[in-house]
Amino acid sequence: MVRFTLRQIGQRLVLLVVISIISFAMVHLAPGEPSLVDPSNPRLKAEDVAKIRAAFHLDEPLYAQYGYWVRDLATGRLVSFKDGQPVVGKIWERFLNSLPLFLTGTVITWLLSFPVGIRAAVARGSTFDRATTFAAFAMISIPGFFLAYLLILWTVTHLQVSVVGMRTFGFEGVSGWFRVNDRLWHLVVPSIMSAFAGIAVLSRYVRSQMVEVLAQDYVRTARAKGVPEEAVTYGHALRNALLPFITMFGLMLPALIGGSVIFETIFAWPGMGRLGYDAILSRDFPVVLTINFFAAALTLAGTLVSDLLYAVADPRIRLE
Amino acid sequence: MGPRLAAVAPGPWRAAWRAFRHDRLAVGAAAVLLLLVTTAIVGKALTEWWPLLDPATVRLVDRLRPPLSRPSDLLAPEARPLLGLYPLGTDDLGRDVFARMLQGASVSLSVGFIAVSISLLIGISLGAVAGYYGQVRLLGVSVDSLVMRLVEVMLCFPTFFLLLAAVALLPPSIYTIMAIIGATSWMGTARFVRAELLSLRERDFVLAARCLGLPEWRLIFRHLVPNGLAPVFVAATLGVADAILTESALSFLGFGVPPPYATWGNILADGRSFLFDAPWLTYLPGLAIFVVVLAFNLAGEGLREATNPKLRG
Repeated sequence: MVRFTLRQIGQRLVLLVVISIISFAMVHLAPGEPSLVDPSNPRLKAEDVAKIRAAFHLDEPLYAQYGYWVRDLATGRLVSFKDGQPVVGKIWERFLNSLPLFLTGTVITWLLSFPVGIRAAVARGSTFDRATTFAAFAMISIPGFFLAYLLILWTVTHLQVSVVGMRTFGFEGVSGWFRVNDRLWHLVVPSIMSAFAGIAVLSRYVRSQMVEVLAQDYVRTARAKGVPEEAVTYGHALRNALLPFITMFGLMLPALIGGSVIFETIFAWPGMGRLGYDAILSRDFPVVLTINFFAAALTLAGTLVSDLLYAVADPRIRLE
Repeated sequence: MGPRLAAVAPGPWRAAWRAFRHDRLAVGAAAVLLLLVTTAIVGKALTEWWPLLDPATVRLVDRLRPPLSRPSDLLAPEARPLLGLYPLGTDDLGRDVFARMLQGASVSLSVGFIAVSISLLIGISLGAVAGYYGQVRLLGVSVDSLVMRLVEVMLCFPTFFLLLAAVALLPPSIYTIMAIIGATSWMGTARFVRAELLSLRERDFVLAARCLGLPEWRLIFRHLVPNGLAPVFVAATLGVADAILTESALSFLGFGVPPPYATWGNILADGRSFLFDAPWLTYLPGLAIFVVVLAFNLAGEGLREATNPKLRG
């Protein structure tokens, strides 16, 4: 077990280095440089461009630039091209903003998907099953940004609350309850939007897992010996159907970064996705590369965690 | 079961078609798609060659007209729309939304189909190579682990972020969008095909074909790949839906298919600034995207159930 874990970690570290090299090459070889973001600026002369390039090491060969990036990232001295702020601090601040959105979205997703999926599987072929199946397909088919707009419009015109941004502008001095209420509204509406597709996918997955397990012989045995239906569903079937979802916990981690660009843009939520989006637009290479690096690290950590959890939860799996 | 066995069993594709035909939702979705493809082709021809339906005609006197309204009398006769009517209204430059939606149908569909073709091409080739030549060693590493590591590397990039980076950094064009969506979505197909080939290559019919002296490429592409194609087919149908959604999301962020092309995504993106004055500019393309993506998803699901004997009722 320990050897397996160590080897898995080693493999993933190698993969991480490969990924960082690939993304570095991709970002630097693509056309467009930070010094060229504003080509129409008449005050930017050729020697200024050369000065900027020298300051960011852009005039040196790629492998040297990669070396600088690794060194600065490791020592924590990496700064953004745009404003000279430390990159890691910037990302951490945005990460703390993204976290509540991600957590609320995840809780909504899991709380809704399981009851719906289980009910649909137990009553397979019923009206409820067919209706939720259709609803799930409708939910993954609707363009998220379109729905988000309709939802913002609706909350503003019908509920008279503002939901864009992290808090309502000018609410700094109001009393505690109003502020909590305001923050909740601003948090819950974008969370619902980002949970939307997840609910559809996860509830379908729960359903198909449950349908499969309910057809197993041990479920029939349990029913035959007179176990009440409730106990069969939740005690025998659900516990066995839960196994694959352990892996999903690990695999959800990367959504923390990549999954939210659109909703963070629409809801003006200052999170990681938006930071990456803005960094790409301004060719802020250190920020783009570091976010990408953290995303890859999160993905790899997620797959590792899910592999290990799986082995712990399922006695049939023996890790070599 | 007994007497049935005596009858000649239908081929797998015929059995799948039979199952598909009984799935009303899937048949309905397929009908919608057929209608859509026809609309896209006819629409492409009409908007291209028929000046009455030119989506680029600007009529500044007729800005933001609601659907089914009549054009203003000030309009030059050659700029008048078809039937003297704007069936779906006009946008902020007075362009006919009906013509733009027609043109957008073909653009959105071709983005979907070409992106998926690219992703299938990469996915099937890499998957077939990994599944069939997996044991061959190159520089001490087996081909199989090489390809699978590549898949893992690709999966480690947050897809939408990667897409955004590529689209923002590369020169904007409709072909870039297709290529990038295709190049970032082949990993699932590669995995399917590899897994199928790994199990298929040990079957007797492969041994028989090899004994007959078939060349290897023929063995792979004529005998192995077609046998493992059913899940790929399903993934492709769902992939088109995904590609259309991705294109519209990119357009929405301002990185999509650049003008002069109208796509549903950029009609929607442009229309949202006029949400209160001209809600149809947001609702029509939004609904169109929704219906088409839903149809692709439902048809794909029907296909999955029809081609998988285990799921057949």
